[in-house]
Amino acid sequence: MTDQAYNFAYLDEQTKRMIRRALLKAIAVPGYQVPFASREMPMPYGWGTGGVQVTAACLTPEDRLKVIDQGADDTTNAVSIRKFFQRTAGVATTEHTPDATVIQTRHRIPETALKAGQILVYQVPIPEPLRFLEPRESETRKMHELEDYGLMHVKLYEDIARHGTIATAYAYPVKVEGRYVMDPSPIPKFDNPKLSGNAAIQLFGAGREQRIYALPPWTEAVSLDFDDHPFQPSKAPHDCDLCGAADSYLDELITDDLGGRMFVCSDTDFCAGRRAAGHIGRLGAAEPEVVP
Amino acid sequence: MIRIENLSKSFTLHNQGGAVIPVMADAALEVAPGECVGLVGQSGAGKSTLMRMVYGNYLAAGGSIRVGALDVARAAPREIIALRRDTLGYVSQFLRVVPRVSTLDVVAEPLLALGRPAGAARARAAGLLSRLNIPERLWQLSPTTFSGGEQQRVNIARGFAHDYPALLLDEPTASLDATNREVVLSLIEEARARGAAILGIFHDEAARARVCDRLVDVTGFTPRAAA
Amino acid sequence: MTAMDRIAAVTRPLLQVDGLTKRYGARIGCADVTFDLWPGEVLGIVGESGSGKSTLLSCLAGHQRADLGRILYDGRDVLAMGETERRGLGRTDWAFVHQNPRDGLRMGVTAGGNVGERLMAVGARHYGQIRDKATDWLDRVEIAADRIDDRPSAFSGGMQQRLQIARNLVSSPRLVFMDEPTGGLDVSVQARLLDLLRGLVRDLGLSVVIVTHDLAVVRLLAHRLMVMKSGRVVEQGLTDQVLDDPQHAYTQLLVSSVLQV
Repeated sequence: MTDQAYNFAYLDEQTKRMIRRALLKAIAVPGYQVPFASREMPMPYGWGTGGVQVTAACLTPEDRLKVIDQGADDTTNAVSIRKFFQRTAGVATTEHTPDATVIQTRHRIPETALKAGQILVYQVPIPEPLRFLEPRESETRKMHELEDYGLMHVKLYEDIARHGTIATAYAYPVKVEGRYVMDPSPIPKFDNPKLSGNAAIQLFGAGREQRIYALPPWTEAVSLDFDDHPFQPSKAPHDCDLCGAADSYLDELITDDLGGRMFVCSDTDFCAGRRAAGHIGRLGAAEPEVVP
Repeated sequence: MIRIENLSKSFTLHNQGGAVIPVMADAALEVAPGECVGLVGQSGAGKSTLMRMVYGNYLAAGGSIRVGALDVARAAPREIIALRRDTLGYVSQFLRVVPRVSTLDVVAEPLLALGRPAGAARARAAGLLSRLNIPERLWQLSPTTFSGGEQQRVNIARGFAHDYPALLLDEPTASLDATNREVVLSLIEEARARGAAILGIFHDEAARARVCDRLVDVTGFTPRAAA
Repeated sequence: MTAMDRIAAVTRPLLQVDGLTKRYGARIGCADVTFDLWPGEVLGIVGESGSGKSTLLSCLAGHQRADLGRILYDGRDVLAMGETERRGLGRTDWAFVHQNPRDGLRMGVTAGGNVGERLMAVGARHYGQIRDKATDWLDRVEIAADRIDDRPSAFSGGMQQRLQIARNLVSSPRLVFMDEPTGGLDVSVQARLLDLLRGLVRDLGLSVVIVTHDLAVVRLLAHRLMVMKSGRVVEQGLTDQVLDDPQHAYTQLLVSSVLQV
């Protein structure tokens, strides 16, 4: 039931149109950061104000919304945003990835492959991949304009020089369609391969930084690397202790003060789906009540 | 090889009321390949000034200075740079080098500038330094710390490193002992024998008599007092 | 082909500057500057503070836009170029050595990363090869190979300056702009740097435009000299000729003001 005190999805129609124009431009120029007039939202910066505005601009009354935070549907951030749109837009919600039409995410891409027609909205803290190397916005814009991206590899070079390997584990930069270098938001680099050639529309919103960018369906996004230090998506070398999945991204949980720990899927919907289908991990049967 | 005609020179001292001091007029001389010509004249008569003009270090006011095919009096800086690198050597009385550079490299530099392999250039430099009795233990040191006589010999070694077709020598035997003076005179004779055109200033009359084919008195080039 | 052969084969100047003028409102930055620079040549620009020598350098290097005049680099009109092309030159054919190494280095990046940046900017994607080349260049500027993973903030001023030179020369530029490269260094460190620069100029056949107020530096480094005063070139010629037989009143004053050059 929509709270009648608010316009549909909280933002007024003119604001949503403004954001949609930015979104169209972002989709037309994949990987390019489009400035937009980010609004104050009823939540603090860092809680997904950019993603929420993009979601608000995309939602229709017929949509079914899923919100995840680090892969989980049930953490504070995910629950708050889901409730926000239930109240202000009255849309249906789901935790089930295949059933969702719009998925807002913080720091993960769902394990279940997305399909055509779905929209994945990322919350982005710092959209500029060059920012930590070049503090001047005027200069980073110029660097994008001129494809002056040597600095990106300097960052990776420094990683190898210091750690012997590319230590960047999240927010790992990609080159989009051979043109713009893009920060995929702080997803683990394990998820980077899913950015590329994805059937869904991927939209990125940075509220504080006032930037929107996008990957239209089937866009190529190549993780930067060196010939002799190729990109490697990494995860903890374990299987999920609940569902036994060997190919999903895992969270490490400390279970007691005696050094006990377990590894579980970060994608709660994926894990629950596997368990419902009868897959059982190392600790899945013994402690069925444990939910990360 | 060197042909000077109608050469004149004056200095304008802008910071002393714009005084114009004519120092040379109607200078003319020739040095053929394989010939050594000595400049004579009283101190201040313009021997060094003439040498410096031939080297392009002083600008000529008028006339011409042909070294090979090039008129130094009218040449572009770039042409003079090439002339100095390939054709025209100059042993001045002062050694001017970058402080930290080793003596061996200072002497080899003219050859390196010609693109000669470093090994061959250093071997040639080593030969000259031995001949001029610079002890080998000093070769890796910078000559800036050397005595006046040693510096002069390093300077001479550097000037003779490349077989220039034309050579300018300003007091090459000054402040040398008998042994080294003998070495320098032999170097000059060898250069003349291989066909170098040499123009020199020698206060040492015996040396002058031994190596010079002719003498030119620059007093004749002094402008008349009226000018 | 050696550097010397390349230079000998050249039939036109590397840099041709014609009537270059830059004004700041009514004030003249530099006016009507004209010169040619040939491959392998080092051109010194001297003058006191405010003489326009730094303005001229930054116009030449494209850091500032000249109001009037023409700059041809290897026959290409620099002022008519798009920024992409000009920046491309800036990280391949051209190099710029700042007086303060902090302006020319990334202080938060290791020595190896600093040297490797220009290689990566033009597409080098092999870590091992980039590192080998950086090591080679550190050696050429006399920085020990075991300092490759140190940041420049841990280096002395002289080392920082040598690192800046390595970072600039690693891409084999043909034209190097230098703004007081030996300023702010101890005299003994200056000498070492001068020797290094002379060797690099000779071995690589570099063309250099060097701005300085130190006449001793240009005497040892520059083939040709340009003297500037109030934004204009008052005299130019062979370095030793300009210093030993200066023609213009200002040059005479400049030379006589120095204790010994």
